[in-house]
Amino acid sequence: MTEAKVTSASPSPLAEFWFYFKQNKGAVIGLCYVTFIVVLALLANVLAPYSPTEQFREFILVPPGTEGFLLGTDGVGRDILSRLMYGARLSLLIGLIIVLISLAMGICLGLFAGYFGGLIDTSIMRISDILQSLPALLLAIALVAVLGPSLMNACFALSLVYLPHYIRLTRASVLAEKNRDYVVSSRVAGANSFRLMFITILPNCLAPLIVQATLGFSNAILDMAALGFLGLGAQPPSPEWGTMLATAREFIQSAWWVVTFPGLAILTTVLAFNLMGDGLRDALDPKLKQ
Amino acid sequence: MSVQESKTIMQGTHLKQHYEVSQGFFKPKGLVKAVDGVSFTVQAGKTLAIVGESGCGKSTLARQLTMIETPTEGELSFEGSNLLTLSAEEKRKARQRIQIIFQNPYGSLNPRKKIGHILEEPLKINSDMSAAERKERALYLLEKVGLKTEHYDRYPHMFSGGQRQRIAIARGLMMNPKVVVADEPVSALDVSVQAQVLNLMMDLQQELDLAYVFISHDLSVVEHIADEVMVMYLGLVVEQGPAEKIFANPQHPYTRALLSSTPRIDPEHRIEKIRLEGELPSPLNPPSGCAFHGRCPYANERCKGERPQLLETPNGTLARCYGVEEDRLDYLQAVLA
Repeated sequence: MTEAKVTSASPSPLAEFWFYFKQNKGAVIGLCYVTFIVVLALLANVLAPYSPTEQFREFILVPPGTEGFLLGTDGVGRDILSRLMYGARLSLLIGLIIVLISLAMGICLGLFAGYFGGLIDTSIMRISDILQSLPALLLAIALVAVLGPSLMNACFALSLVYLPHYIRLTRASVLAEKNRDYVVSSRVAGANSFRLMFITILPNCLAPLIVQATLGFSNAILDMAALGFLGLGAQPPSPEWGTMLATAREFIQSAWWVVTFPGLAILTTVLAFNLMGDGLRDALDPKLKQ
Repeated sequence: MSVQESKTIMQGTHLKQHYEVSQGFFKPKGLVKAVDGVSFTVQAGKTLAIVGESGCGKSTLARQLTMIETPTEGELSFEGSNLLTLSAEEKRKARQRIQIIFQNPYGSLNPRKKIGHILEEPLKINSDMSAAERKERALYLLEKVGLKTEHYDRYPHMFSGGQRQRIAIARGLMMNPKVVVADEPVSALDVSVQAQVLNLMMDLQQELDLAYVFISHDLSVVEHIADEVMVMYLGLVVEQGPAEKIFANPQHPYTRALLSSTPRIDPEHRIEKIRLEGELPSPLNPPSGCAFHGRCPYANERCKGERPQLLETPNGTLARCYGVEEDRLDYLQAVLA
């Protein structure tokens, strides 16, 4: 921590963010991997050797490395590599949508509950208690059953299931922050409730939320797989990592590759997101800056 | 520099702040009289110091003055208008002219924002200055409080306690206030830094014609900075008057005890140490009569039964004490003799 350089012009926030983000090697690796997966997903129709739903009847369950099928084929002769590439589209989208919806709603509700307190707090928290008291998957199943089975409805249902985590996390941090002197001094300066909540308090509550969001991403993919397994998520021919994993269960002992590759895809992506989340949290924390 | 010359900028009349406190399910609610009828005036460009132990209502009073809390009773006027009956818009305007500096410089700056952002926030909310003008004003005040312009882009955690308190002072001054309420502004700093910050505050006062309401428990600090002193005990004013008179010849036994606990270099000014027994009584269950009688070496039956009034003393200050009224305090007689 030397006082060596005094920058005359302050760097743009984005440049500054990148400067601190790249200090964390793990985060950069995570970011590279996520970018890689995103590119694969976006260019799946160019890069994938076959259509994800095309069945090669004479090549059922061929092992990886077989001529033409780099990662082998599944129980009905579909190319696993192609399915993984197309599947990345759905899985990433699902994870993203679920995390964004529950994060955004959870932050708003948590801020309102923590900041206003009283009746607003009690009603929000009791509803979230009720949501939390039901088994997560059961609640999702019930919701999807009511809304009708489709990928979008499953996303909404899972968002609702994860909502209480974000509400609680936000509320707890808001309660800790809202009576600090800097909040009072902003109020004395004339800041209204909206400004106090979103500009003054919220940035100080972000660290646990970022971690929870990156972890929630993996949960979202896995729970969506469970819903898919029950026929309530992605519908059969469409490739989705979780569904691929679930339908391959019967081959666990005979054809390891059918289960392993989708599993690895989920594992590595989730890991990459978590690494990225760590770096994100650190890069956004001014206390770690010099 | 006589008192007549300066004009009153802020005035509180019989300010009260009562809180209801739940004491358990089946017990009746308790009433804490945190501030119980305090009157004072703040002169433009002068410093009113409020002194007392923890829990005597100093900080509650500070929160009333800055309109963080609304008094239960009483009147609070600023530049001639009653702050408590103003419309929301006028209140917002008045609020800009009364700023507060907090005790703990580590908690009073938002750790997520750069110094520039912290300083400019009041302007952003209350004025339509352009970004360049705001920055200019922030840089001007940074220099004014003895910091460098390159500190504009740093975060609060990069500064020491004294520097942070300077930043807090600069933020308080952004809106050109008339009154600055300083709630123990130096008690979290170490002694050498205390002096720097106090001197800074006094320089700024002269330059910008600020009125301070300076809250402290440290009488040596108060003696250094105050023009008027108000000594509080359990939500009540026990002695009030010009600083030099109170420090030269304290009337109330409590003021005397407080003063005697301040270390002094000059042996002539030393007062024989008076040790107060016991603790500040619970404000939930205040003593009958004079709130101080339980710890006062001069208390008699009358002190236990009746509550004394704040009356003028021969010294020219106001004191709330039967001992002073009846002229039976030995130290006062010693002075006269």
